[in-house]
Amino acid sequence: MDKKDLIQYIETIADNSLILGQRMGELTGHGPTLEVDIACTNISLDLFGQVRSYFQYAAQLSNQEISEDDLAFLRQERAYKNVLLVEQPNRDFAYVIARQFLFDHYHFLFLKHLQNSEDETLAAIAKKSIKEVSYHKRFSSDWIIRLGDGTEESKQKIQTAVDDLWQYTQELFEPNEAEKAAEEKHIGVDIVSLQAEYTQNVGKVLQEATLTQPDLKFFQRGGKKGIHTEHLGYLLSDMQYMQRTYPNMKW
Amino acid sequence: MTIEEAQIDKELIPILEKVSDPEIPVLTVLDLGVVRFAKITKPNFVEVKITPTYSGCPAMDVIGDDITSALSENGYETKVDLVLAPAWTTDMITESGRKTLEEYGIAPPMDAVSDKKALLGEEQVVKCPQCHSTNTKMVSQFGSTACKALFKCHDCQEPFDYFKCLI
Ligand SMILES: [Zn+2]
Repeated sequence: MDKKDLIQYIETIADNSLILGQRMGELTGHGPTLEVDIACTNISLDLFGQVRSYFQYAAQLSNQEISEDDLAFLRQERAYKNVLLVEQPNRDFAYVIARQFLFDHYHFLFLKHLQNSEDETLAAIAKKSIKEVSYHKRFSSDWIIRLGDGTEESKQKIQTAVDDLWQYTQELFEPNEAEKAAEEKHIGVDIVSLQAEYTQNVGKVLQEATLTQPDLKFFQRGGKKGIHTEHLGYLLSDMQYMQRTYPNMKW
Repeated sequence: MTIEEAQIDKELIPILEKVSDPEIPVLTVLDLGVVRFAKITKPNFVEVKITPTYSGCPAMDVIGDDITSALSENGYETKVDLVLAPAWTTDMITESGRKTLEEYGIAPPMDAVSDKKALLGEEQVVKCPQCHSTNTKMVSQFGSTACKALFKCHDCQEPFDYFKCLI
């Protein structure tokens, strides 16, 4: 596979972890309880760690013409290829959990298949990451059940968050050009094929949580092409502040 | 896992044994099993390969630096590379490392099946490192560092860390 295309693919898959990691990191010191605060920041740390492996690989492919820090901190908004789901803000704890839950179940299936990539480095990153993501998935699924099958208020809040964020889930299974090219070369994952299992797995947890699986006809998309919701700009200005103020810092 | 399996030159072992994990200082980097390769490839030149425990583990950079400075004190120039494959597992912690962990107050990782039962709250199998009771309860899957879960003992009432199983 052409190195430039491979870097594009790496950006597409790593940006999801980067932006979600930043969102979870925003909870540092603001989690509802100490344990949950620590859990959210641990998840953030895992995600950043994965991004670092991806970006170090991309930097290596570019013959160090771009650095991991350039990729993380110095791109313009349009160059980020993350799905819209992960950039949605921390409106309340229900949103934090619903966003994590909807992404974790995708992320787990994605990594399960990326382990078989013909690209050795990507396969190794996937093998490492999937162990961490299985903890994330357990954490978010447990909370979906606890909130859904909890009090009247917690149920109403988590249902609202799931209903609202559901419109961003279809995009997970719609490949952009880089993903299509990588899949053809057996380097990337055939994400279209993941949807049936995803819907089933997510449905099982929602059912146990006594929640209703949303039934939507219209979905939001665009992140993978660089067209984002208004929330990403604010997130980036926060995330890129240090690097732009003190150029050439290392993360 | 033994040190022999990890391809480490014998004469480097005493030096590496003095380098400890910055987050769990009683554990050496050899006990932790993160050093996969350490060989003198040229006169006074050592190549080292380390593997991260968790992807985001901030200790890895420090471990790399500590290894470099320990070796340089002994007259070696060092090149440290981070390798991802084979991925680190808790099985790579040595037997003496597991004992040290427990004495230090961290419950060592169990096998995968027991670990899952413990973290899902199905069975009380994690032993309190203080009083050895298994009358313990998980407080949070995520603890003070990426590799640990937080537990509490119902008998001695002490909270403690459990080193999560990673296979
Ligand atoms: Zn006890």
